[in-house]
Amino acid sequence: MHTPITHLLALWGTLPDIIRTVVWILIISIAVILCVAFLTLWERKVIGWMQLRRGPNRVRIFGLLPGFGQPFADVFKLLTKEVIVPSSANKFLFRLAPALALVPALAAWAVIPLSPALVVSKANAGLLYLLALSSMGVYGIILAGWSSNSKYAFLGAMRSAAQMVAYEIAMGFALVGVLMASGSMNLGQIVGHQQGGMLAWNWFWLFPLFVVYLIAGVAETNRAPFDVAEGESEIVAGFHVEYSGIAFALFFLAEYANMILISALTAVFFFGGWLSPFAGYPVIGTTFLADPSFFWLGLKVFVFLFLFLWFRATFPRYRYDQIMRLGWKTLIPVTLVWICVEMLMSVVHIGPWAKPWFH
Amino acid sequence: MHPTGEVEAVLAEILFYVFATLLVAGALGVITARNPVYSVLFLVFSFISSAAIWLLVEAEFLALVLVLVYVGAVMVLFLFVVMMLDINVAELKQGFTRFAWLGWSTALALIGEITAVIWGHGLGGIDVNRGFVSEPANYSNTMAIGQVLYTKYLYPFELASVVLVVAIVAAIALTLRRRPGVKVQDVSRQVAVRAEDRLRIVKISAEKRS
Repeated sequence: MHTPITHLLALWGTLPDIIRTVVWILIISIAVILCVAFLTLWERKVIGWMQLRRGPNRVRIFGLLPGFGQPFADVFKLLTKEVIVPSSANKFLFRLAPALALVPALAAWAVIPLSPALVVSKANAGLLYLLALSSMGVYGIILAGWSSNSKYAFLGAMRSAAQMVAYEIAMGFALVGVLMASGSMNLGQIVGHQQGGMLAWNWFWLFPLFVVYLIAGVAETNRAPFDVAEGESEIVAGFHVEYSGIAFALFFLAEYANMILISALTAVFFFGGWLSPFAGYPVIGTTFLADPSFFWLGLKVFVFLFLFLWFRATFPRYRYDQIMRLGWKTLIPVTLVWICVEMLMSVVHIGPWAKPWFH
Repeated sequence: MHPTGEVEAVLAEILFYVFATLLVAGALGVITARNPVYSVLFLVFSFISSAAIWLLVEAEFLALVLVLVYVGAVMVLFLFVVMMLDINVAELKQGFTRFAWLGWSTALALIGEITAVIWGHGLGGIDVNRGFVSEPANYSNTMAIGQVLYTKYLYPFELASVVLVVAIVAAIALTLRRRPGVKVQDVSRQVAVRAEDRLRIVKISAEKRS
């Protein structure tokens, strides 16, 4: 067997760790960016169908399905447009802000286990790392709003800052519940500890926390119905009203990369990541369908992404004070109560706490 | 001496000096920047640099919590406030040097206290010549901190949280005031509304065409 592929694989094994890591980082970043491109198309198609329209159906690529070339057409249009910097803007921060928004969304993929063997970093404190990074994403938005020197942008940034701080807490508490049920902050172990079929996944015993996490995730990504930071009907386009061309595209990219990230995290924390839903059942549990693989994670991420789009097509935007009320007075108390319930469950050893690694 | 290997040790040392330089530069930026927003951003930068230094000594829990709490929450609120302020820098600078002696003496006292504590305890049992020894691969910084936090330092930890709760209650009590005559929505009443309260369906028999 001396095919080029075996040669390549042998060469891959001899490369030093640092080069292999860099190559993995590149592969994953490019994959995320490509996913974002097709997610924008999928979003416009799905919302189009929900509103009895066709969605984009003109641009073809390689003679494939109509509309398939739309993301590339959009990207090239944005790349060739002029990036306008307002004369009274803070030039340095204005240019820095889009990068600050995008970097955390991509860096977070370092600790996400894509399949049982495939993860860039098996960091022990992976969950904390994710919380820390997702809390940094807000800087891009705040600085964009402030440096634009525009009222609408500033209002958007202020709204976004308050919203992020409020929902960060609910999200953190929901993850405390996951931490209690898994006994580990390593994402690979969190997935591994959910083994044993659909009802062994965390969503069953932590259902309120799952709901809180999903809602907080939608709010963190500034998606409808929590998109007051953009609020095109009130403050034009919010924090990115002054951005054009590729600088605007970076914010767009960050928002969609965050959506994919939140969907992947929901799958990992509450729906068993790469575990198969058919594992642990008679008959079907012994077939190939029960094998854990990247396919299952991808399917789960797709379902949650669809939820994001569905929400956008369904719900009207929240008012600012309603968002604050929901975050502080509903979601945070729910998480606190459920953490207490979890304490009781762990005392009487039911659910995840009946499993061997808690003894 | 270094179980991780010589190359990694040298690399860690280089990274330490890089981040330490960035940290000091960021801290200087905080006090020298003219724009308060830049000061806050320099402070964020300093926090991230010190988190990186903590990561180098395998204190990943402290490092990530520093980023999560200070960079992710506290500094966002700082920025929030500072951006809203309409500070007149020239007015602020008036009489600035009058209080310079206070600032200098506070700084010197702080440096003196820190030095006294460190020397008084004999460097806290830290052997500065030993260098950094990395922990075994299964070492979890989070678990180590949790173990001392909930056993040895349980009372100080709980006391600190009580102090914080008191501070929150005090801050809310100071700002909470009800002004008379302000129209506000009572959400629980809004939610409790039934269709019967608002809507009356009347059956009217059809009249004969005249």
